[in-house]
Amino acid sequence: MSTQLVSERAAVLRRSVRARTIYALGPTTMLAGVVWAFLQPYRITLLHPHGEGFWWLVIEPPILVVLAGVVFAFLIAPGVIEDLEAEENGG
Amino acid sequence: MQPPAEFVHWMFATGFLLLGLCLLAQAVVGDEVWRRRPWRTYLWPGLAFLMGVLMWPVMVFFTNSTIHMVAHGSWAQVMMLAGGAELGLVRGKLHSRYWRLTMPLAFLVSGASFLIHEQNSWLFARSAFLHHVIGWTMIVGAVFPFVATFRPRSAVWRSGFALTFVVLGVLLYCDRDVAPIFGHISSQAGTPHR
Repeated sequence: MSTQLVSERAAVLRRSVRARTIYALGPTTMLAGVVWAFLQPYRITLLHPHGEGFWWLVIEPPILVVLAGVVFAFLIAPGVIEDLEAEENGG
Repeated sequence: MQPPAEFVHWMFATGFLLLGLCLLAQAVVGDEVWRRRPWRTYLWPGLAFLMGVLMWPVMVFFTNSTIHMVAHGSWAQVMMLAGGAELGLVRGKLHSRYWRLTMPLAFLVSGASFLIHEQNSWLFARSAFLHHVIGWTMIVGAVFPFVATFRPRSAVWRSGFALTFVVLGVLLYCDRDVAPIFGHISSQAGTPHR
């Protein structure tokens, strides 16, 4: 195998690692929020809503982390991966 | 209807987490790919600028002393300056890369404000402990945007810059009313919950 082919395959592998990294950022963030919710369930006020005020029911940190992951995974990451693959394919 | 202070911290934590994710993605794919879509170019500088703007109402409604007001006002100004400078650079209105030094400046001013406005050393108390940790995190973390200014293609420094925002977000999420970190809080601090 020529040196050029080896270096091209290494470049493709490196780029696909980049795409996989971007793809993983959102789900990893969501997973972190879910794990946090299991570790500290008392921070999810929706599980025990009786007598709680507006802010305690709306702003819940583990859910905010999941939401940040959702926003990144569905609104930002797809376009970034698409553009990254276009660049990899010489587009 | 005004939220307690920790809720504001959690909302800002979410903003910093998103900011960190965007910066991390940009560090991974590089500027050329990240800037292929114009709206994405303005995403994180705009978010940083917006968070600076939103810090003003925090300063007005959530400060109970002069030193708190000065600290929150300083954060508002340096966040707007750093976000605005980056917006100017990506728009092409500003040309010198040294405008990016506004970001390490923002880190240093923010870190110093955290340390100065939390003057008590009750490190067993969550609020004081977090203020000190966040302050030193910002000051040490300033090295990442500083070096990234001179080595803009270095994924290591840019990732460190991004992860500093993620760590800042995690620390802000840790903010809770009077919950203790080390040992037991004085009974005078009120009833701990959550």
